[in-house]
Amino acid sequence: MSAQARPSQLFKNLNAKIASIPMILTALVVFVGGTFWTILYSFTDSKLLPRLRFVGLDQYERLWSAPRWLTSIENLLIYGILSLIFSLVIGFLLAALLDQKIRFEDTFRTIFLYPFALSFIVTGLVWQWILNPDFGVQKVVRSLGFDSFVFDPLYNSDIVIYGILIAGLWQGTGLIMCLMLAGLRGIDEDIWKAARVDGIPMWKTYLFIVIPMMRPVFITTLVIIASGIVKLYDLVVAQTGGGPGIASEVPAKYVYDFMFRAQNLGQGFAGSTMMLLSVAIVIIPWAYLEFGGKKRV
Amino acid sequence: MSDPTLSSAGAAATVGSPGLVSGPAGPRPRRRFSRRNIFLYGTLFVIAVYYLLPLYVMVVTSLKGMPEVRLGNIFSPPVEITFEPWVKAWSEACTGLNCDGLSRGFWNSVRITVPSVILSIAIASINGYALANWRFKGSETFFVILIFGAFIPYQVMLYPIVILLREIGLYGTLWGLVIVHSIFGMPILTLLFRNYFTSLPEELFKAARVDGAGFWGIYFRIMVPMSLPIFVVAMILQITGIWNDFLFGVVYTKPDIYPMTVQLNNIVNSVQGVKEYNVNMAATILTGLVPLVVYFVSGKLFVRGIAAGAVKG
Repeated sequence: MSAQARPSQLFKNLNAKIASIPMILTALVVFVGGTFWTILYSFTDSKLLPRLRFVGLDQYERLWSAPRWLTSIENLLIYGILSLIFSLVIGFLLAALLDQKIRFEDTFRTIFLYPFALSFIVTGLVWQWILNPDFGVQKVVRSLGFDSFVFDPLYNSDIVIYGILIAGLWQGTGLIMCLMLAGLRGIDEDIWKAARVDGIPMWKTYLFIVIPMMRPVFITTLVIIASGIVKLYDLVVAQTGGGPGIASEVPAKYVYDFMFRAQNLGQGFAGSTMMLLSVAIVIIPWAYLEFGGKKRV
Repeated sequence: MSDPTLSSAGAAATVGSPGLVSGPAGPRPRRRFSRRNIFLYGTLFVIAVYYLLPLYVMVVTSLKGMPEVRLGNIFSPPVEITFEPWVKAWSEACTGLNCDGLSRGFWNSVRITVPSVILSIAIASINGYALANWRFKGSETFFVILIFGAFIPYQVMLYPIVILLREIGLYGTLWGLVIVHSIFGMPILTLLFRNYFTSLPEELFKAARVDGAGFWGIYFRIMVPMSLPIFVVAMILQITGIWNDFLFGVVYTKPDIYPMTVQLNNIVNSVQGVKEYNVNMAATILTGLVPLVVYFVSGKLFVRGIAAGAVKG
């Protein structure tokens, strides 16, 4: 590229700059500005309206001593870890099954992926109905003769988060399957032939050759799942509303309720800043590995 | 498999006489009902049933009358098919004091989704075009900020946006929500368009420059006509995404213009009144219908759209 600065180019670039104004505004005002605004105001005692009266770490102290926030974090950890593991395992297994040169591959893929087109609200409501102890699975199994059968995850505060996990996995595993399938299709056919010639069993080929080769796909998928988990909100609202009691509260709901219902903005800001922090812990090392490494090459 | 010619050929091969066919060439034909295939298709079939079950339960429940729902089994097909729950969900179901059904939420969602899809795609495609072909100093920096912004939890930006919208007088209005959707759709769509425009041959762009076309000329006459597939992918992504949104709808609008998802949640999870599960399920299907239709009609393009979100720039 010869960098000859002609006057006309300057003018044309002006056009590009004008066209990029929405992007620049979004990036600077909303994403950067909004984030710093929230962080700044999380150190104030804002109640109904935001005001700049700093109280240090008061909001955070109150946050981390609130039983509801602690339950939220515990739920998010359980949901997050299990959903990461199960999404990856189920997603990969489904992709591996579909990758066996089977017939009707498109049909099966369409079936596994369609829940992803549905909203979390729809997902939550359907599973609320299926898991309803008076009408759903519990009643059906009981009517088969197992009178003492108990399966009411949404009404039992000890296991309610697993009921949400079932719905979340149903909705999300199709996406992971698609990403994994794309990764598997990117593997060279010759690898399979070589493994077969060497007499390596299929499961070993997957475990020790194919999966290590798909490392980038796994990392990308991991980041996608992880950043989605923190946003978990609609599903809980639809399926349980945070109940029974506060047993299925999640951080995103805590933040919303304190910002727009309880009129305690400071708590909302502190909670959302903690959410940002947890995302940063995942994203920054990933970005460093991904983009930091690229520049050096 | 006792084909005489086969066995004779095999015999000949063992003798090793030259010039004769030495057994069948090529891979061994697979038997259709091998144990492997039965296991494979059996597993796939069971999983497929599991994935389809909720959809089936929704449809079946919505076609039953309430007495049948109470007595029967959620998995059993309706004895007497009735469309009354659908009618009721569409035009009579109550949210708070309003009893005009989900139809209002449906039309709200249409009025939100259509301008949001158009605006967000227009902005993002122009952004992507500028980033791919008209880089200026700092453009990449803004793009990186934008991409990182996609990972910031929405909750962090909820309240600052409330203030911004209030300042320009759009808080609680439909257009306010349209702007919010355009903002949050921007990172992924800009990435999508930037990558696509970068993949187009650069000679095309240069030739147009030589012929005297400017920024907008090249965009409208060359880039847009050449990129219709990616526009369709972006539309699919946005229609399903915006239709399914709940959080922004509940934060940035007022009850009369609540989108369908918010209204659905209010109808089903309202505490007052007798629960009509068949009406609830009919309402749930109605809300899921638009993205489902988009999904089944678009097929592979949908997969491409969601995969685009995963492919890093």
